[in-house]
Amino acid sequence: MAEIRLQVSALEGWYGESHVLHGVTFDVKRGEVVTLLGRNGAGKTSTLRALAGVMRKRRGSALLDGHDLLSTPPHRVAHLGLGFVPEERGIFSSLTVRENLMLPPVVRQGGWSVDAIHELFPNLKGRDTTTGTRLSGGEQQMLAIARILRTGCDIILLDEPTEGLAPVIVEQIGKALVRLKEKGFTVLLVEQNLNFARGVADRHYVVEQGRVVDEFANDSLSASMDQLNRYLGI
Amino acid sequence: MTELFGVPLAVLSGQVMIGLINGSFYALLSLGLAIIFGLLNVINFAHGAFYMVGAFVSWGLLTYAGVGYWPSLVLTPLIVGAFGAVFERTMLRRLYGLDHLFSLLLTFGLALALEGVFRWIYGAGGKSYPVPPSLQGVYNLGFMMLPVYRAWVIVASLAICLVAWVLIEKTPLGARLRAATENPKLVTAFGINVPLMLTLTYAAGVGLAGLAGAMAAPIYQVSPNMGSSLIVIVFAVVVIGGMGSIMGSIVTGLMLGVLEGLTKVFFPTASAITVFIVMILVLLLRPAGLFGKDK
Ligand SMILES: Nc1ncnc2c1ncn2[C@@H]1O[C@H](COP(=O)(O)OP(=O)(O)O)[C@@H](O)[C@H]1O
Ligand SMILES: [Mg+2]
Repeated sequence: MAEIRLQVSALEGWYGESHVLHGVTFDVKRGEVVTLLGRNGAGKTSTLRALAGVMRKRRGSALLDGHDLLSTPPHRVAHLGLGFVPEERGIFSSLTVRENLMLPPVVRQGGWSVDAIHELFPNLKGRDTTTGTRLSGGEQQMLAIARILRTGCDIILLDEPTEGLAPVIVEQIGKALVRLKEKGFTVLLVEQNLNFARGVADRHYVVEQGRVVDEFANDSLSASMDQLNRYLGI
Repeated sequence: MTELFGVPLAVLSGQVMIGLINGSFYALLSLGLAIIFGLLNVINFAHGAFYMVGAFVSWGLLTYAGVGYWPSLVLTPLIVGAFGAVFERTMLRRLYGLDHLFSLLLTFGLALALEGVFRWIYGAGGKSYPVPPSLQGVYNLGFMMLPVYRAWVIVASLAICLVAWVLIEKTPLGARLRAATENPKLVTAFGINVPLMLTLTYAAGVGLAGLAGAMAAPIYQVSPNMGSSLIVIVFAVVVIGGMGSIMGSIVTGLMLGVLEGLTKVFFPTASAITVFIVMILVLLLRPAGLFGKDK
């Protein structure tokens, strides 16, 4: 049994006065790809934000390799090896593609070289001087993942990487994810696209109204399809 | 005598030169304001006061410690910047996230307090700072006489502005600054200490004002109100250039300095309000400023 890297228990979170996470509990083991599924507004993005330190008002516990994420200053979280790819991708419009790629500081050894990144995402090759937000949506998503790989982080929070993208691009991103998994990355993935999620994930958690309400192993997903569809309202 | 539009060339070029000098200081100060506003979202009303403090620090270094002009060009921005850093850490920081108005009032209060303290100690009168020996003398350009020190101020300010621009627009450090301006939370999540960056940026911005003060000391009288008379114009420059635009503040600063100088030649009574007329026009026609991006 692989060790647990991320252990989240009874995590609560607020945007100002608005209480949106009501006790999220799940774990992610080393080398796993785990998804958070759930309807719009369930609290998936908020969960990632709470873990990455973007959401500041939190309660409960979240341990990464035994380090308490909730008491870690927000600019130190990345240095624990956690890379965050936000839902809105967060490509900076005042930075070139190259500057976007080089922005996050290297937090530990083992980060990818620019060459290795270009091999994974050939679309980014030769675009160095382009303004970041001039890239297509798919390319921005690749850039958002690529810049995290450079830092040497080994656990990635990935929020809806396929949202609004054409099938060919989705396929490319799926392949990249499989490559990352092979390389030993641990991934917490938020995804609405169930087909995509099934292709890459080991386990799935269902989030509903700010809580984790169920869990499925990827192997047993076919048998639980009815149940899952009911959760997702499909 | 050569004339242009009925004005002797020497008079015209003399006013353009004065305009360039003033414009250099407008540029240096509005540059710092723009950097601070861009990242901290603070309208730093104390900017003129820091400029005044810079002039006094330079004057004090010479008068009390015998530290000359050149070392003071290094020491003054460091001292003023350090003071700014302490102010940011202990007071200004508490107001982030609140309405602009609060930080504006705080920095306005600081400006009044600094001015008051210096007036209390040194009186309202001006102190003069000698032009450093290495920069004394005059260039004879044929059509006009150009004091060496003034030429130096124009060249040095331009160089400083250019370096600041390159630093912000072309280096990794500048990329972090621009990114933090756009989305500080994400930049923090990437492992960058944004609060520290805010402190250093504020320190750099007011350090720049201090440097401008040190450079201004041999030209203008060093007096407690030298900042407040300048800051109003500098704010107009920032508004005209476009809030937060670095190149905008540099170009606008110089341009308006020259424009002001030219108005003195052709329409002397209007020279004091030229900048504000331009500001009104820009606000009416292009509210984001000449170089600003519409949001
Ligand atoms: N910035 C915000 N401020 C206040 N409420 C928010 C904010 N972002 C999301 N919410 C609310 O928090 C809840 C969870 O949203 P979110 O985590 O984005 O859901 P999901 O990612 O699962 O679609 C929703 O009710 C949403 O309206
Ligand atoms: Mg979401």
